[in-house]
Amino acid sequence: MRVNFTVNGRQQEADDVWEGESLLYVLRERMGLPGSKNACEQGECGSCTVRLDGVLVCSCLVAAGQVEGREVVTVEGLADYAKQRAEHGGCATGACGTTLDQAKQWEARPSDGRTGEQSELSPIQQAFIDAGAVQCGFCTPGLLVAADELLERNAEPSDADIREALSGNLCRCTGYEKILDAVRLAAARQEEAV
Amino acid sequence: MALHPRVAAAPAGTPTNISQGSKTKGGIGESTLRPDGTLKVTGEFAYSSDMWHEDMLWGHTLRSTVAHAEIKSIDIGEAVAMPGVYAVLTYDDLPTEVKNYGLEIQDTPVLAHGRVRHHGEPVALVAADHPETARRAAAKIKIEYVELPVITDEASATAPGAILIHEGRDDHHIGHVPHPNIVHRQPIIRGDADEAAGRADVIVKGEYTFGMQDQAFLGPESGLAVPSEDGGVELYVATQWLHSDLRQIAPVLGLPEDKVRMTLSGVGGAFGGREDLSMQIHACLLALRTGKPVKIVYNRFESFFGHVHRHPAKLYYEHGATKDGKLTHMKCRIVLDGGAYASASPAVVGNAASLSVGPYVIDDVDIEALALYSNNPPCGAMRGFGAVQACFAYEAQMDKVAAKLGIDPVEFRQLNAMEQGALLPTGQTVDSPAPVAELLRRVKARPLPPEQQWLAAGEEADVRALPGGLSNTTHGEGVVRGVGYAVGIKNVGFSEGFDDYSTARVRMEVVGGEPVATVHTAMAEVGQGGVTVHAQIARTELGVTQVTIQPADTQVGSAGSTSASRQTYVTGGAVKHTCENVREKVLEIGRRKFGSYHPAWATAELLLEGGKVVTDGGEVLADLVDVLEDEAVDLELEWRHRPTEAFDLHTGQGNGHVQYSFAAHRAVVEVDTELGLVKVIELACAQDVGKALNPLSVVGQIQGGTTQGLGVAVMEEIIIDPKTAKVRNPSFTDYLIPTILDTPTIPVDVLELADDHAPYGLRGVGEAPTLSSTPAVLAAIRNATGLELNRTPVRPEHLTGT
Repeated sequence: MRVNFTVNGRQQEADDVWEGESLLYVLRERMGLPGSKNACEQGECGSCTVRLDGVLVCSCLVAAGQVEGREVVTVEGLADYAKQRAEHGGCATGACGTTLDQAKQWEARPSDGRTGEQSELSPIQQAFIDAGAVQCGFCTPGLLVAADELLERNAEPSDADIREALSGNLCRCTGYEKILDAVRLAAARQEEAV
Repeated sequence: MALHPRVAAAPAGTPTNISQGSKTKGGIGESTLRPDGTLKVTGEFAYSSDMWHEDMLWGHTLRSTVAHAEIKSIDIGEAVAMPGVYAVLTYDDLPTEVKNYGLEIQDTPVLAHGRVRHHGEPVALVAADHPETARRAAAKIKIEYVELPVITDEASATAPGAILIHEGRDDHHIGHVPHPNIVHRQPIIRGDADEAAGRADVIVKGEYTFGMQDQAFLGPESGLAVPSEDGGVELYVATQWLHSDLRQIAPVLGLPEDKVRMTLSGVGGAFGGREDLSMQIHACLLALRTGKPVKIVYNRFESFFGHVHRHPAKLYYEHGATKDGKLTHMKCRIVLDGGAYASASPAVVGNAASLSVGPYVIDDVDIEALALYSNNPPCGAMRGFGAVQACFAYEAQMDKVAAKLGIDPVEFRQLNAMEQGALLPTGQTVDSPAPVAELLRRVKARPLPPEQQWLAAGEEADVRALPGGLSNTTHGEGVVRGVGYAVGIKNVGFSEGFDDYSTARVRMEVVGGEPVATVHTAMAEVGQGGVTVHAQIARTELGVTQVTIQPADTQVGSAGSTSASRQTYVTGGAVKHTCENVREKVLEIGRRKFGSYHPAWATAELLLEGGKVVTDGGEVLADLVDVLEDEAVDLELEWRHRPTEAFDLHTGQGNGHVQYSFAAHRAVVEVDTELGLVKVIELACAQDVGKALNPLSVVGQIQGGTTQGLGVAVMEEIIIDPKTAKVRNPSFTDYLIPTILDTPTIPVDVLELADDHAPYGLRGVGEAPTLSSTPAVLAAIRNATGLELNRTPVRPEHLTGT
């Protein structure tokens, strides 16, 4: 089957998709967007977390056909997504997806993935680096998408709020302490910026 | 067919060439940020499962559904006939006479031949144009098994008439093991434990069980094999030691090592689980057979069968002590279950035996450690490597002896704590700082977290802070608190005479008007932060800000394994050593060009700092840019730490280890005694790291290691059916690892007492915190409940007696 949907503000179509293919497989293997990770592929680890029309989902549990006509944001689009949100005064309504007009203005950022020198990061991405919350990094994309969503609806989360919001994302390296640090740091910076 | 925006002739996700900008000075001792951090937060970092190649096929492994059986027949007919299937391989298709591999003993079949020895053993391979096609084809392969009785523990392994797991063993351990179903046995005898027992006022015996833990790294086993025009193969893979893989892969393929070119792709955690091969040979076989690139990615279910686990263990201990609190003797017997294949079992045995006393002074010991062959899943390396199981038992013993003597458990440990100069049971002197008593003092001195934190003044209980959390199972009734302590000792680096070297290539040249250092090693960056530290070392030694870390591959000499807490020590040491030699070459060029202008070139101690040649008095002699101009200095050198010795096979005596690391924990838990639910409130750690090359990374390692120890204390266990030896819980639904809700605050106190034998005085960091966190949590649960709890993980039924 053919699936038409928007990924990170860009209209995409995927052909010859099997009925059983997950959104995760289509993103990783057909769209060339491997940022969403394949750690368990059964909705237990959260490493494939993306936003589907603004809502957090495990993309491994979403059948590709279910995203027809809908909007997906992955970690690859997170910086742009956060930037646009900031430009439009945030999003507290839950209808936070990129609008069609915005999508048309979306451009692929020139980035050099080999050197790490590229355009700006979202606050939560920068905070993960600064706080030492990235080790092997395999859980990081999913955690970033989830943490960004948390900060979108709760600008000043308590530790209990952060733990609750990220409890669906497993990390094996960090012991989570630095992930908590990172979310606190991003929240504090967000506060400063307002 | 598919829409592939990536147009690529070479693998699209080739491993990452990391370059770091010049914003920070970034030498050792600073919390320099990871050079791969930006790529990892944007999703662009190329992990092994992200590899992609035009015209790529997908490989799939068919695995045994039974634990122990003869294979009567394999029928691949239907599978081969399926559209989209390019190859189906079995044992008969292996191209050479080398059909087994292994880290030390070559007993692991690439594909089962004649017999399967554990649940999930690879039997056949499929390559197809879609992963689902490959899976469906594999499901059509018909295998006729004749099941055999399973060996699952010491009694069944050594029973009269027991089937031998490996008949006709010819490895070098067979001569000294009491039974062919024992992989390796190491006794250690020092002093006279029986005689010393006569002096004891109290004697405490204990029997302990340690469950099978899984590394549960998040990035699944995966990689891409690309056949090359010269008949060789390129393999992009996540591993812990490229050259060890290469040594095992090439003979099976019948290729010289230089025709198997390996490049490290992004590694999503390892913790010992990538020391053994998983899909490496399989992908290469399929690629060479089909002439096409083949990618294999395990799903989580398969990952549980695709790597070795931590040895489950039975530990039998006896300690004696005098009334004034001095330990008199220790006897122990440690039985590790190595599963169907040897993997790292012999070395795990050596570690468990030599570290079985813990960080205590006991002159009279009688120790035996051994590893079984069984039909359980193979066990090998995991963070802590044999020292973890022992620490769980000896720390429980310390609490029991202290309780019997009526002495505070921390005080009792401190009374018997080893110090620098102490002897290990192997007779080896601990010749670097051993601040065991001090680490305990530090965790004990820390203020305790407030009690009943779920109660805020005048408000209802916040169930999120209670055992059971949002399950809303208690509002505080029946919840009791406990506090427990533990300390451990772990060796650093490979022991027992292993030639534990590493290689580094360092190039220095002027690029774009700036001096730049390029560091090339084969070190596997598995998340631990080696790439950060290598750049820091190069900056420190060469005085440059721009350092490029090249992708790890087999074009440079071996770096040894990213395990045993050794990489910063050994490959870091190799980078330092090579940089020192590059520096000398640079200074030679400087002397040749500018020596006549200033006498200090000949007389002073010269350093490279801030892109300049300076005297140790700080006088600038030249810019590196002017010294080097268009010359480049390029060296590849090996570096070794002090040699070690094998342990004597009968007495266990020998200088077997290079270095030790020490960590202590205090755990504070709250237990709902009605439902048997545990919430760990705080897990404080104090650890001596010698020198923190990167404090941020060091703390991250300690917190991560602590959490893995917490996991095995209260939830993590691979459960094997004792009747069939089948794995019951190969999924993240059923094998639980700690979530952010299960993990407490982990305050870390870092000591830096230099080890004068190590580069910069550093100590390996990664493993020690995994040792002591488990017994600390157990001690705290015992303290809260008064139960004996001789098994880990502790499950609700152990706490409620149900």
